[in-house]
Amino acid sequence: MTALDTVVAGGRVGERATRLDGYPKVTGQFAYASDLHRDGMLFGATLRSPVASARIRSLDLSGVAGSPGVAAVLVAADVPGKNRFGLNFDDQPVLADTVVRYQGEPVAVVAASSPARAWDAVGRIVLELEPLPGVFDMEEALADGAHRVQEVGNVLRHVHIERGDTRSAGADVWVEGYYETAMQDQAALGPEAGLAVPAEDGGVDLYVATQWLHADREQIAPCLDLPDEKVRLHLAGVGGAFGSREDIHMQIHACMLALRTGRPVKLSYGREESFHGHVHRHPARIWMRHGATRDGRLVAVEARLLFDGGAYASSSPAVLGNAATFAAGPYDVPHVRIDGTVVYTNNPPCGAMRGFGAPQVCFGHEAQMDKLARALGIDPVDLRLRNALEPGLSLPSGQVLTGSAPVREVIARCAALPMPDAEPLEGRGAFGYPGGTGNVTRGEGIKRGVGFAVGFKNIAYSEGFDDAGSARVTVRLEGDEPVAEIHTAAVEMGQGLYTLLAQIVRTELDIDRVVVRQADTAARNTGSTSASRQSMMSGGAVQMACAQVRAALFERARSQAGAGAGNHELSVGRGWVNAGGHPLARVADLLDEPVSREAVYHHRRTGTFDDKGQGDVHVCFAFAAERAVVDVDEDLGLVRVVQVAAAIDAGRVLNPLGMSGQVEGGTAQGLGLALMEEVQLSDGAIRNASFTDYLIPTIADMPPVVSAAVEDPEPGVPYGAKGVGESPTIVATAAIVAALRDATGRELNRAPVSPDELAGLRPPAATQGPPPCPDVPGQDPVPLYFQSGSGQQRLM
Amino acid sequence: MKVSLTVNGARRTVDDAGESETLLQVLRDHLGLTGTKNACEQGECGSCTVYLDGTLVCSCLVLAGQADGAEVTTVEGLSAAGAAAVQEAFVEAGAVQCGFCTPGLVMAAHDLLAHNPDPGDDDIREALAGNLCRCTGYQKIVDAVHRAASPTTTP
Ligand code: FES
Ligand code: FES
Repeated sequence: MTALDTVVAGGRVGERATRLDGYPKVTGQFAYASDLHRDGMLFGATLRSPVASARIRSLDLSGVAGSPGVAAVLVAADVPGKNRFGLNFDDQPVLADTVVRYQGEPVAVVAASSPARAWDAVGRIVLELEPLPGVFDMEEALADGAHRVQEVGNVLRHVHIERGDTRSAGADVWVEGYYETAMQDQAALGPEAGLAVPAEDGGVDLYVATQWLHADREQIAPCLDLPDEKVRLHLAGVGGAFGSREDIHMQIHACMLALRTGRPVKLSYGREESFHGHVHRHPARIWMRHGATRDGRLVAVEARLLFDGGAYASSSPAVLGNAATFAAGPYDVPHVRIDGTVVYTNNPPCGAMRGFGAPQVCFGHEAQMDKLARALGIDPVDLRLRNALEPGLSLPSGQVLTGSAPVREVIARCAALPMPDAEPLEGRGAFGYPGGTGNVTRGEGIKRGVGFAVGFKNIAYSEGFDDAGSARVTVRLEGDEPVAEIHTAAVEMGQGLYTLLAQIVRTELDIDRVVVRQADTAARNTGSTSASRQSMMSGGAVQMACAQVRAALFERARSQAGAGAGNHELSVGRGWVNAGGHPLARVADLLDEPVSREAVYHHRRTGTFDDKGQGDVHVCFAFAAERAVVDVDEDLGLVRVVQVAAAIDAGRVLNPLGMSGQVEGGTAQGLGLALMEEVQLSDGAIRNASFTDYLIPTIADMPPVVSAAVEDPEPGVPYGAKGVGESPTIVATAAIVAALRDATGRELNRAPVSPDELAGLRPPAATQGPPPCPDVPGQDPVPLYFQSGSGQQRLM
Repeated sequence: MKVSLTVNGARRTVDDAGESETLLQVLRDHLGLTGTKNACEQGECGSCTVYLDGTLVCSCLVLAGQADGAEVTTVEGLSAAGAAAVQEAFVEAGAVQCGFCTPGLVMAAHDLLAHNPDPGDDDIREALAGNLCRCTGYQKIVDAVHRAASPTTTP
């Protein structure tokens, strides 16, 4: 029913390995969550609030009663357990009970014999709402007397980081800027979907596309009033995620319907519903002041960050923690004052998306570095090199960089990548001009620009979270051939993790045939597929499990060989256990009984912020630099991105093919935010919930991406490898908009940049100045001071 | 509504297709051919691309009734045995990540190569401009089409 366990051929650590699920995917055999089928299954559909802020006056289900094929209609009162869930805090209702706080919030769910019947039934439910005031602007959310979105108020978290004193920093030159980034949608092509199957023990098996099986279960089980062991999750094929599957979407609804009807229930969102069904990237407003000495030494950064968290907490507190710690960029700055706030509003909830708070601040700090370079008359790349962080230096949060931090290397490497070949202004092919096949110019009015950006991202979870990785590796005989099987709860969402885990097993055990079992909650929790962490965390666990398997094989070889083993060091290779380089025992002969070992890998422990925002909060960092070259048609405000060059800090490259794929794909998403992607809202309602109106880059929009890896292994980490999934996205938006500024001379302080701004028809985003900092009890998320409800914390 | 069509060489009949159902729904929901994908169901993403009487179409834009009597080839039928050259090339070039876009892109690339055995970069971009991919940034998809056009060259 789900994707088959996958058998892999070829590829060790460091080699160009093709995907192990490649053939099932190109032939249409790979089963995504939306492809699942069970005989006799029902189809679910969800009634969502049409408005963003209202009290539920009544919910009349009488029109549904007796509708053909309808098996169940469930509302808040039918939630078997607690009607609240959430990643960081359980503040979100499974089904809205008294009020709705965002447009698209689920109010009722239906199961029927066909999708059409389910939707028909949804249409017969009469939902009577009494409008409530709403708050749709993040600055208004902070105003006195603003409508309170949540009982705790509208401040979800405020982080304050202070080091030195920016007023006595001795800066000769100050530059100031205001920046905005829009709400971005992950737009994974695979819609949210899953299939819940009721089990004989009163529990449920859920087949679902998610990013973290165990965190889902932790949120699902209490809502179903079931113990964890009766809620079994199995990973279904994931059609991309980029953060959008970190939160619960259809999981609890499908399980409730399956338990109520006693039948399998599938819930699969369409594209429009998908826009309402997952969290988005936080829109941000950023005020920055940078001070430097005349010789180009950055001495002070002041930053005020405001993020719109939407109606529920999701992972907003962690996103803000990241944004605040990265706000000064990968630079050595002695005097810093950073204040970041994330607020509740009645806009759609925001949470994780590739980069997790870093792309927004990178857009700000890199624009500031360019302004500073101009004010000082220093080359922008040179200014970045002069101020780059390096091991031994520290972040504004006081965290000393103890691991690999090749900031200068990524900058220099990127700057040295070849520029695109010169092209004559006339006579290019259609794709050689802004506007592409629209044929709107033949070269007249075209201006070229070059932009540069550097950024960074923490790897794995921060602020004290112990998100361990775990894996089981089993070696057994199939016929006469040893086969290694990996069993983890780790989610493959398209990025190539399973291929990588198989490479690790091949490298450690010298066994070519590797099987990756379908991930499920029968395996131990291995944390989320996010935060660029799985190469390190699940990869580390697989490597450790392999070491234990190897040790067990050695023990068997020694006892089989008796004295023959001598005191030699043992190794595995070419199907043999070797002693001092000489064959000792055939691995196949040691496998009468399979060898199976499970290992848990912990990253180093991190701390939390003190009241000045000082703390060793992150595990380690991956850096990246990108340079963008653009052509702009200023008459029409059209853009052609000519080339993006990327230098990526990978620690060590485990799979060059997978790595360049991440860089190219990550850059495309950053390009989207630079040029076209914005979830548009009016009074909290999404106005462009379709691929007709929400544009993502097509093949015609994407330039060649020239990438280079900088390899500076991270100490104490498996193979020294760092995840590369996020850093390219973080820098791409900033680099492309910088290139647009270079081409046009315009301020362009908002991403995405609109054609009107490029053509000079729309002024830069304006501000009245930063809002005052809210009064909060401390650095922790505000709900923590009011309640004890927890999200992922229970998994630690 | 009854719909009879030939899918990947086999005669298939669906007895209970709804009036407003599409060819995509017939394939996925009635015939269990889920290789054809449904990322938008409004003609914007190309993930549902199939051949309809030899012409490339978005199956989400074709009504079931319009496909009555037609010959349809889906990604499952692209190669009778094993993977077609273009499918191999997608794997080898690293043009697949999550793979949700892949069936549609494989169909579009197959059609391009049938008309133009040695396409240039711009030909490829033009032919594939109707297929969205959120994962790869498209570069390796361009590589894959080149690779399929001349399978012996490695990038
Ligand atoms: S599903 Fe048909 S074009 Fe998107
Ligand atoms: S590979 Fe995921 S959408 Fe193309």
